[in-house]
Amino acid sequence: MDNEKIISEVMGGGLRALNKLAGSPLVERFGLHDRARQLVYEGAKRAAETAKRLAPKAPRRAASGRSHKFDLRLTEEQQLMRDTLRRFADEVMQPAAREADDHLAPPEGFFEACSDLGAISMAVPEVLGGATERVSAVSQMLIAEDLARGDMGLAYAALSPLSFVTALVHWGDERQQTALLRSFVDKGPIGASVAVMEPHPFFDPAAPRTTAKKKGSELVLTGEKSMVALARHAKWFLVAAELPKLGPRFILIERETEGVEVSDETAMGLGSAGLGRLRLNKVRVSIDALLGGESALQPDARAAYHDAINRSRIAWGAMALGTSQALLDYVIPYCNDRVAFGEPISHRQAVAFMIANIAIELESMRMLVYRAAGRVDAGLPCTREAYLARTLCSDKAMEIGTNGVQLLGGAGFIKDHPVELWYRQLRSIGVMDGNLLV
Amino acid sequence: MIYLELPKNLRVLANQAHQIGKNVFRPISQKYDEAEHDYPKELDMLAALLDGLDAGGGRPDGGGVAGLKQKRGGDEVNNGANMATCVGLTELCWGDVGLALSIPRQGLGNAAISAVASAEQKKRFEGLWAAMAITEPGAGSDSANIRTTARLDGDEWVLNGEKIYVTAGSRADAVVVWATLDRNLGRAAIKSFVVPHGTPGMEVVRLDRKLGIRASDTASITLIDCRIPKENLLGNEDIDTKEGFGGVMQTFDNTRPTVAAMAVGVARAALDHARELLSKEGIEVRYRGSIHSKSAVEAELIRMEAEWEAGRLLMLKASWMADNGIPNSMEASMSKAKAARVANEITLRCVELCGGEGYSQRGLLEKWARDSKILDIFEGTQQIQLLIIARRLLGKRSAELR
Repeated sequence: MDNEKIISEVMGGGLRALNKLAGSPLVERFGLHDRARQLVYEGAKRAAETAKRLAPKAPRRAASGRSHKFDLRLTEEQQLMRDTLRRFADEVMQPAAREADDHLAPPEGFFEACSDLGAISMAVPEVLGGATERVSAVSQMLIAEDLARGDMGLAYAALSPLSFVTALVHWGDERQQTALLRSFVDKGPIGASVAVMEPHPFFDPAAPRTTAKKKGSELVLTGEKSMVALARHAKWFLVAAELPKLGPRFILIERETEGVEVSDETAMGLGSAGLGRLRLNKVRVSIDALLGGESALQPDARAAYHDAINRSRIAWGAMALGTSQALLDYVIPYCNDRVAFGEPISHRQAVAFMIANIAIELESMRMLVYRAAGRVDAGLPCTREAYLARTLCSDKAMEIGTNGVQLLGGAGFIKDHPVELWYRQLRSIGVMDGNLLV
Repeated sequence: MIYLELPKNLRVLANQAHQIGKNVFRPISQKYDEAEHDYPKELDMLAALLDGLDAGGGRPDGGGVAGLKQKRGGDEVNNGANMATCVGLTELCWGDVGLALSIPRQGLGNAAISAVASAEQKKRFEGLWAAMAITEPGAGSDSANIRTTARLDGDEWVLNGEKIYVTAGSRADAVVVWATLDRNLGRAAIKSFVVPHGTPGMEVVRLDRKLGIRASDTASITLIDCRIPKENLLGNEDIDTKEGFGGVMQTFDNTRPTVAAMAVGVARAALDHARELLSKEGIEVRYRGSIHSKSAVEAELIRMEAEWEAGRLLMLKASWMADNGIPNSMEASMSKAKAARVANEITLRCVELCGGEGYSQRGLLEKWARDSKILDIFEGTQQIQLLIIARRLLGKRSAELR
């Protein structure tokens, strides 16, 4: 295929994806059609302009076109996405959360609805058939935040394939991208998940115990991965393993490969993501399965892996934000309505101050997570910032979770209200590391 | 476009202010902590330096408190005077909070003038160093309960009352006094008045001896039949019960982020110094690995840094909102509540972590731990900030959530 043909086909993919967003029944239902149309217009204009240029390889780093000023505003694209996802979170996810938690699986039709929203398309650049001019960690962080506001478990389910795709976009080689990306953009990658976490104390994603030993043109993997979302259904896993003398790398592993053993894993929370444990028993894969191909054998490919760790900390931070926000939005009307000693309990400082502190710590977490994501998009180092964001979220998210239950008292302890669910989910912040990324 | 880094011009400004904190404030920090009520003459030079830089358009404290005002929104994102002031003040307070509070013409009264004065008044009071007098023996946080009165007599206001805890109250050129026109009309009747020192009837009756910020003078002032011109009432004299406290309270939306900035500065000073001392003991801070497999002290330093960043970013957010015409009352309170409590915790913890070296007055860690306490008190205590935030979140009036 000549270049021009590739470009036009790829542009077609981008426009298709955009069109999908604009034509989504949810966008229509949420009354966001006009703005979506505007975006499509701009997308088309961009596509036309891009088509004039030669198709570049997938951008490793987003181009920097910023003003370099401190800025908390969202782009128009992000705002549209946010408005849509918030409605989706409130109207579709929240009502489905309890049942999904009971059944340890997302509800019927959930992935189709997510796919309709076009979130996946936003994670894939136009040149690879997606819908966005440049893939943005901030945009994906916002998506994670808004979905987790609906339900963290369901968000984890929805975001696992997205994380898989994101890793492929950033660090996959051309062959891997061609083989996997297009089908994901078109069909929605319901069958892919990222497996970094391991079930032991002091887990450090930079030093996985799972090993991948090079034997000729093959890698032999041995180890155990935990809390893997969609484990029962995923066709593909992106597994983190330590290559002797090289350090940790990602490896694409098909579920059907011999030695891959998947079992269900229930946990304190996040059950609706369909959690599972992955046992790798001398799993042999071709060296081509290394994410990024042969080039991942270079020592400097280590940087990509560490980039992924940072991005993972941003993603889990965003999850903490969304669920904490849902909690804050829930306890406010509850404490205003709940009357004791002749007046709403929110008239008591002991209650009101807890709520004020939830808001303060939530905003604190938000600032740290946003900052780390902003640095990724700006191409700045963010190891320190992502680590600090994780540190703060580990402490504050759980504080918010436990205070949420406390504010409802006995009612918080029973399953008539969602706060006990959020309590269980928020304990995952500070534990989960690696299985998602922006 | 989410981007939470300082723009280049503010990084330059921060660096300049840091140099002042390091080279002007730090060398005299201990001296004026000990000689509590001596006037730091060195600051006159600094004021001249700042004025010079101001004239050249490159002032390292960002133009100071007089520039604090809520901007109208535009299409372009603005990193303006509010953020610049906060960024500059952070670095000055990394040097010394008490001295930063004693820089001539940077009083809270100046912020009040900037926030509520008419154009004519701003012109008339230009270059005046103004302190702010709100608190009374019977009314601290409960500022609606002010007893100092202002009665119009011909072309003059006659002020009577007693004010305490007036920062820079003796050194400033004038004091902005909060007084009520009619005690029966509550908050709405409270107005602010510019009273120049030397006005018969106003007297500094004592200087407090304090826990911290001892380089800054804290005065008690009495007003006995003190007469000032009618035009010295800031803003307008109408008693609008609907607007309520609005006028005078507006000042706080602008000044609370600056107190947060002070907290961020002194906390950073403690963190920097503690890390330096601890590194000599082989303690290194690494942003990798599980925090649970670290030594207790390394984990603690990281946790403190995360909390510090939270205070800092909330401070920048509140000032950014002011610069971009976004109402920021709640965010200003959040920034102050978070930054100040975190600064107090950090400075105290750093003393503890550094042991005898931290507690000794041969070093500055113990001083910062004393200085930081006031930041969680003045311009509204922690508890007042929580009330403001909670009322806003819950949609409650002060009569309901008291």
